[in-house]
Amino acid sequence: MAEFLSFRDGDAAQEPAVTVEAFTGQSNATAVRIEPGDDARELLPHLGRIALVEVNFPVFGDGRGYSAARILRESGYDGELRAVGDVLVDQIVAMRRCGFDSFRPDKPLDDAAVERALNRYADVYQRTIDGRSPVWAKRRPETQNG
Amino acid sequence: MGDLTMYRYDSYDQAIVDARVEEFRDQTQRRLAGQLTEDQFKPLRLMNGLYLQLHAYMLRVAIPYGTLSAAQMRVLGGIARKYDKGYGHFTTRQNLQYNWIKLSDAPDILAELAKVEMHAIQTSGNCIRNISSDQYAGVDAAEVADPRPWAELLRQWSTFHPEFTYLPRKFKIAVIAADEDRSAMRLHDIGLKLVSRDGVIGAEVYAGGGMGRTPMVAPLIRDFVTEDEIVAYLEACLRVYNRYGRRDNKYKARIKILVHEIGVEEYRRQVEEEFAHMRQQGLNPPVEELARIRAFFAPPAYETGLSDKIDRADPAFALWVDRNVAAHKAAGYAIVNISLKPQGGIPGDASAEQMELVADLADRYSLGEIRVTHAQNLVLPHVRKADLPAVWQALEEAGLAEANLDLITDIIACPGLDYCALANARAIPVAQKIAARFADPQRQRDLGELKLKISGCINACGHHHAGHIGILGVDRKGVENYQLLLGGSGAQDASLGQITGPGFSEDGVVEAIEKVTDIYLEQRQDGERFLDTYRRIGMKPFKEAIYG
Repeated sequence: MAEFLSFRDGDAAQEPAVTVEAFTGQSNATAVRIEPGDDARELLPHLGRIALVEVNFPVFGDGRGYSAARILRESGYDGELRAVGDVLVDQIVAMRRCGFDSFRPDKPLDDAAVERALNRYADVYQRTIDGRSPVWAKRRPETQNG
Repeated sequence: MGDLTMYRYDSYDQAIVDARVEEFRDQTQRRLAGQLTEDQFKPLRLMNGLYLQLHAYMLRVAIPYGTLSAAQMRVLGGIARKYDKGYGHFTTRQNLQYNWIKLSDAPDILAELAKVEMHAIQTSGNCIRNISSDQYAGVDAAEVADPRPWAELLRQWSTFHPEFTYLPRKFKIAVIAADEDRSAMRLHDIGLKLVSRDGVIGAEVYAGGGMGRTPMVAPLIRDFVTEDEIVAYLEACLRVYNRYGRRDNKYKARIKILVHEIGVEEYRRQVEEEFAHMRQQGLNPPVEELARIRAFFAPPAYETGLSDKIDRADPAFALWVDRNVAAHKAAGYAIVNISLKPQGGIPGDASAEQMELVADLADRYSLGEIRVTHAQNLVLPHVRKADLPAVWQALEEAGLAEANLDLITDIIACPGLDYCALANARAIPVAQKIAARFADPQRQRDLGELKLKISGCINACGHHHAGHIGILGVDRKGVENYQLLLGGSGAQDASLGQITGPGFSEDGVVEAIEKVTDIYLEQRQDGERFLDTYRRIGMKPFKEAIYG
């Protein structure tokens, strides 16, 4: 059972994450935690100094964190993006697609189940920031990188 | 399914649906083995259209934009016979529900569906639901373009969308392309109406419509988006909703509440800002992909030189033609509406045998194609006028030739307390009593177009707000009570019905409807439908007749 999952090279960030308000008000923090009601775009002026963004999912059904993650990645954030809280195996694929690259779920995940979920679907219909080619690009190989 | 003019899966589409079947089989087996609790299983099955109802599981099968091949309809009939009690129920969102499903059978049903390019993906849950459209798409001379390629593009885009799978609430999209709105487009979370501007086709976008306890007619938020940008534009609409839609109260979580609370100007401003960002993300499929999808919907090879003459010698046949047959864009062809509202029946229900008969008729007379309508009826979209007598004869023998399209007995009703765990009152018996009261076909025709819609609770699945006459079943101190609404419309003249006053018993509401129609007959002027008369004279005369 995995209590922490990472898809990044190298060590996970260790610094405790602070709230968005605390983070934007101090200049030396490098880890920040986004709650569902926070506006991820408040972090955009500070991306250069962030090593870790934690996005909290108090309940799995609150999907605001997916938008927060994608906004950060679309804006060029390339540090660690960690989903924490009520993170279930059935959400891992969508979270990976939105740019999450590490996970610290409240309840440990079964490694085999995670592996199965990640390999279940060979293809996707949408372009996101995860670099996968959507089927509309694969149907026309010349546009794959377009 | 050789020469069909509808979308066909390629290996990518098929692999995704097949993988979903295996995923659900795995989840179901874990549930049956006790490895998943019902609480853990619930969100998984709800992602796949499987609801636990009062008596059994209900499985909702997606019928993308209401388009079916004969082969698909045959499989739906076969599933009804093998796994249900021999029938299925067509819904107001052009889907099909089976009400008596065993959990252990659900994976096998999905596997049978996948073999004919069908699925139950996103037919429930707080995600983007099946895309709905006009049942006359592609055969209506008045449409500016065929809406089906747009709907298919959006079907693919919305399938397993990673950002929009845990929205504040469910999200329904409709696409139409004619001025006449047969899809209740403005009562959807997002409605697209295709229009032509300087020879270019684009969509007017309406956002924030819906029924439920707070009904709203969607306002226009953008007057033109072209097909090559619609994906990025909708991503912007959905992202603003996902971030700012209310999550504190499930009854205030639909996009209509967000648009209403921040105002249409502010919602539009936020969407435009997000759209400017989304445009830079490479989200739109290229025009080649749009052309690939469009090619599937090229008009079929209609026969030319056919006669437009219809032999009206049989009066019953002539009445059916006048009521249930609509104009087709190709000479010599007609659109046939098959009413699923026979006397004594359940609105929208079809038996396995009826489904198979409609499939056979489609193969023989309608180029293998069938449509499902928002009003819970079926359509054969390409019938030669010369074949109408034969089609009618076959429908008549199967109890499917009720000539009541858009008449008072063509009732939309939700499943109500007979099936649904949320309902407060029964809807089906009320529909049957009203149909019986107005059984005389001459009387129905005299009343003319009159859309009657019944919901068994405030969630409004029976669209009572949009009925010319609407009925809402409520629970009053443990007794079923029915409120009456007048003046709603889900069509191009969309409006919301007003409650007449205190509610009625089941029999009382039937009496009240009769009084309401009597006032209409007394007061109507030349050519006025019930709705027109109501709009002209207002609620007062009706109220006096009912309560006076």
